[in-house]
Amino acid sequence: MSMMSVLSSVEPQLDWAEPQTGPEFEARLAAFEARIQRGEKIEPNDWMPLEYRKQLIRMISQHAHSEIVGCLPEGGWIPHAPTFRRKLALTAKVQDEAGHGQLLYRAAETLGVSREQMIDDLLAGRAKYSNIFNYPAVTWADVGMIGWLVDAAAIVNQLMLAEGSYGPYARAMKRICYEESFHLKQGHHFIVTMAGGTPQQRAMVQAALNRWWWPTLMMFGPSDRDSVHLEKMMRWKIKTRTNDELRYDFVAQYAPQILRLGLTIPDPELRYDEAARRWRFGEPDWEEFRRVISGHGPLNAERLAVRRAAHEEGRWVREALAAKSNRVQ
Amino acid sequence: MDTQLRTFEVFHQSKRGEPHVHVGAVHAPDAELALMLARDQFARRLDCTSLWVVPSDQITATTPAQAEAWFEPATDKSYREAAGFPMRDIIKKAENWSK
Repeated sequence: MSMMSVLSSVEPQLDWAEPQTGPEFEARLAAFEARIQRGEKIEPNDWMPLEYRKQLIRMISQHAHSEIVGCLPEGGWIPHAPTFRRKLALTAKVQDEAGHGQLLYRAAETLGVSREQMIDDLLAGRAKYSNIFNYPAVTWADVGMIGWLVDAAAIVNQLMLAEGSYGPYARAMKRICYEESFHLKQGHHFIVTMAGGTPQQRAMVQAALNRWWWPTLMMFGPSDRDSVHLEKMMRWKIKTRTNDELRYDFVAQYAPQILRLGLTIPDPELRYDEAARRWRFGEPDWEEFRRVISGHGPLNAERLAVRRAAHEEGRWVREALAAKSNRVQ
Repeated sequence: MDTQLRTFEVFHQSKRGEPHVHVGAVHAPDAELALMLARDQFARRLDCTSLWVVPSDQITATTPAQAEAWFEPATDKSYREAAGFPMRDIIKKAENWSK
């Protein structure tokens, strides 16, 4: 074998026009699926079907956008934190989220899309991000509820993704879960502290729970019966558990903790079925879910407007860095 | 203006005496800024004693498609391994030689 044929770089070398049918494709697909079945990871320079690449780019870039937009509901509260320690913790959490966004953009780049392109897609309104960030953080208690429940839901989802088949995404997830365990802990501490405070503070916690419970359940995505590509996503271990399984795990893990605090979960159907040893709970309002994800949530327009303004205000920094980069080379 | 910037691969040492381990990459115009960003991204919480950054395009790698040809032993390589030299039977034979 010649040296030229075996050496490559860490950057992917892609042929987007490679045929996705025919005997040669089928043979490669079989070897790819067998590798995943054996529990091996797929790495950037491995052969993979175009659909696997596209699904991962879509998922990882949406995940990255969610981290970046996710800075906004909490970031706005940093100047209003009631104590210095809470302000430091919230600042650290928002910094982590910006860092997670960068880790994820980089993981997506290993599949052959650039960070600039992904950010352009977000700013142009062509990309999706987690619905949850289109809801407003109305009071300081909402900030704690996001830290506790929204991050808890994110961890349930991301522990699953850390077991996924694509190496760079799985590695990013392990690191992100490690940091989000701090987000969850500080959020739990925050809510339990407030729930043990004045009657007014307790009422704020209950009102925040009423606002965030259903949007948090929707974070796991549509019901399995409406989930497209589920069979293939599971076979390729892009996902290893279904939306409904993850949603159930979240409820089973966190509903008891919420109820122990004497709070009321805003779902009349929620109860523990002793005979079946399972939690029973109602369906999220899927109509609302579709409305928000298609851009008509309470804050979709405002979130994007803030991102666009921040991007414009940072333009001179990016251009100065790029100029420096060009001069050095 | 193209503001995508170059990428630098980041290697992180958590403790003196430990190896530098690849932890990810950062976008930066040059190595100095890459180090600062790597510190913010990979050393803001975990213990860190040293960071390396290397331009991604300066790394040469083997391709997965050729991994078998590169790494799978073509023949028996037990002569390179400690396990390739079992002792029990020959010790017994040597110790019992004069009996």
